[in-house]
Amino acid sequence: MTPVLDLKNVTKAYPGVIANNAVNLTIQAGEVHALLGENGAGKSTLVKMIYGLVKPDAGQMSMSGVPFAPSEPRAARANGVAMVFQHFSLFEALSVAENIALGMESPPKMGDLAAKITQVSNDYGLPLDPSRLVGELSAGERQRVEIIRCLLQNPKLLIMDEPTSVLTPQEVDILFATLRKLKSEGTSILYISHKLEEIRSLCDAATILRLGKNVGTCIPSETSARDMAEMMVGSALHVPQKQIKPTGPEVLKLTHLSLPAATPFGTSLRDINLTVCQGEVFGIGGVAGNGQDELLAALSGEIRSAPDAICVDGQNLGHLNPTKRRKIGLLCAPEERLGHAAAPDMSLVENAILTAVDRKQLKRNGFLNWPAAKAFAEKVIETFDVRTPNAQNAARSLSGGNLQKFVIGREILQNPRVLVVNQPTWGVDAAAAAAIRQALMDLATQGAAVVVISQDLDELMEISDRFAALNEGRLSAPRPTNSLGVEQIGLMLGGAHDLEAANA
Amino acid sequence: MLKLEPRLQPSKTWAALTPLLAVFATMIAGGIMFATLGKDPFEAIRTIFYDPLFNEQFASYSRPQLLVKAGPLILIAIGLSLGFRAGIWNIGAEGQYIIGAISGAAVGLALYPLDSWIVFPLMVIAGAFGGFIWAMIPAILKIKFNTNEILVSLMLVYVAGQLLASMALGLLRNPEGGGFPGSRNFQQYPSGSNPELIVGTGMHWGVMTAFIAVIATYVLLSKHHLGFQIRVTGQSPRAARFAGVNPNLIIALCLGISGALSGLAGLFEVSGPAGQVSIDFASGYGFTAIIVAFLGRLHPVGILLAGLLMALTYIGGELAQFMLGLPSAAIQAFQGMLLFFLLAGDVLTNYRLRFKRKGTA
Repeated sequence: MTPVLDLKNVTKAYPGVIANNAVNLTIQAGEVHALLGENGAGKSTLVKMIYGLVKPDAGQMSMSGVPFAPSEPRAARANGVAMVFQHFSLFEALSVAENIALGMESPPKMGDLAAKITQVSNDYGLPLDPSRLVGELSAGERQRVEIIRCLLQNPKLLIMDEPTSVLTPQEVDILFATLRKLKSEGTSILYISHKLEEIRSLCDAATILRLGKNVGTCIPSETSARDMAEMMVGSALHVPQKQIKPTGPEVLKLTHLSLPAATPFGTSLRDINLTVCQGEVFGIGGVAGNGQDELLAALSGEIRSAPDAICVDGQNLGHLNPTKRRKIGLLCAPEERLGHAAAPDMSLVENAILTAVDRKQLKRNGFLNWPAAKAFAEKVIETFDVRTPNAQNAARSLSGGNLQKFVIGREILQNPRVLVVNQPTWGVDAAAAAAIRQALMDLATQGAAVVVISQDLDELMEISDRFAALNEGRLSAPRPTNSLGVEQIGLMLGGAHDLEAANA
Repeated sequence: MLKLEPRLQPSKTWAALTPLLAVFATMIAGGIMFATLGKDPFEAIRTIFYDPLFNEQFASYSRPQLLVKAGPLILIAIGLSLGFRAGIWNIGAEGQYIIGAISGAAVGLALYPLDSWIVFPLMVIAGAFGGFIWAMIPAILKIKFNTNEILVSLMLVYVAGQLLASMALGLLRNPEGGGFPGSRNFQQYPSGSNPELIVGTGMHWGVMTAFIAVIATYVLLSKHHLGFQIRVTGQSPRAARFAGVNPNLIIALCLGISGALSGLAGLFEVSGPAGQVSIDFASGYGFTAIIVAFLGRLHPVGILLAGLLMALTYIGGELAQFMLGLPSAAIQAFQGMLLFFLLAGDVLTNYRLRFKRKGTA
């Protein structure tokens, strides 16, 4: 049988790095094929070549036996390739139908298009109202817009990049049902994800990349997640160990924290109450866009609140600026590494000064102590195994995972009283993610209070002692993590705040 | 086929080399322009770059002019560079320069004919304060109402220009001037004048201040936490806010400092080389300083060199107009080319050029 897509010895080099080195990939018709690999293994480059965003330096690609060399995404789409990106490209102020029309070569009349959208969305079990504004949709619904945009092209091959990272467990089930239906109709799917259990339940075959090269293929349903992870990493995987420990006095206390939305499509925080004790890791789950960024900004001091809404060790600090909060010991690491947690064009030394200037005494009478800053940056690099030629390199020259290790390490090495992190392992490969989680748990063991905001439920189950969910800016009542099942968490994420009543 | 590849890190070598390359390219393109105007390009280039410093006939007059012209350019550009580093675009330095000159001169004229050492220092303070206040208008509007500082500061230049005309014709007019527009001449009022400190060099208090500003700004940007905060604000505003930088403080500080330095430049000019408040006092230093700031890569030492180079093209340009009959528009075009080539050269800092034969891609 002729495969839908066949890549032979595809190579692509960038200055200083070979992103893909003679990679082979074969996808059969009606197959869900997983592409696995750590950050920087070359998955994105490979997919970009298939979608016509990047041209390979060498090698052959063919679709259904015919040579295939798309010069641009339009050519790839004409050949039946469609792609759902990890980051959506939608206009919030336009309706669903308008957004879909924008991506089409020759859009039909709005009424016809709306009818077609409704039909496709019903056929594939993805309910979506074409007239709604995208700004009002949840992340899961936005993804449906992207998927339906692809399905309207009747693709032969659908590429999905990390599709489940923004979905609740229930939404994941809906998505998988859709993908299985597509597969039964003969559409092939190239599926990229870090979540190995998902891949085991969904995918028929997997190709694994490491450092730009093929390191093997496997049948996921017959391979354990641990084996797949070790193939990706190339060594045995270290899984963080949760220690049972007594919790100390309460350190961080949020009382009736409410804040209006800062932007038209932002989320308001509504009456958030929370206490985190010394030595505790508190997990906050939730689907993206439910107030995570706003909560972090309220804690970091980028947005001020009532003085008594936020309290550390009995000291009210809701009205204080970020510098004063750091002095007290409340440290944060936001989700967006480049441009928020770190200044892209500045060196790692300068980025160390960014948040550590006061706690690490990197200035005297206002004058910066560059040798001390350099020493601190180097300590972060060494302790957290940040891969970079030296501390003078610009932040943007680091890969996402390495910069994340630097950002988290920079805060941890300042001995925080409270550390709040948002998406600590987002886009970080398995080995680095395990190291970051271990570091967060060690920090708690040493007596800090740690708040982890994440969309990765497995991560929260692994490291947090108590768990609460953010939904539309409200925080559910916390529950001990070990008492929760995936089903209950899904309900909490979906906004069933009366969980106790539902259980009763 | 030429191809541009993004660099992982901006090249330090090219960042230092592009100004030289830009000067060289400007000479070539300018030479072609002069040739099409029917002038000998080599003679024109020599007249602009060489004669002002080394020609036996003119150099004794034009050499001191180098510092006289470069002083205000450097002083203003240094202040502007702080704002530009922070992403705050003060385009109205010309207006702050005029208001500084008017305020400083007004204090001096009000005290006339008091003979005391205190007069000049008071004028200096008033000049800096005038420029500061004029720059605080866009600053406060930006902080309170989020207005665009580019538009506000630029429009205030025209307001300042009208004010200058009104002052020269009315309030500050020399009562003993026989009805001619223009104030008393400070060169005839020693307590309020800014004389040449070393005869034959063009060195005056404004040039001294410019040198001090270069050093102070260098220290601020490379050694002080405040300079660090200014740089972070420009490079990554969100990271700056996360780090605890107060953006309003940076706006007020950058506009305030550049306004005060522009005001100082105006005061030193009006009490020194220009001598009096006159209708044609504004000479475009405030706008040329924008070019100087960028030509110097927003770096204090770079600005020092760029200011001297720009002053040279000014003096040389005048000489070329006078000697070769080149139109003044051609000189301005020549200066414009310099900025154009410099900004175009930035491509090399962030990208590397690759030569590729077709078909291999």
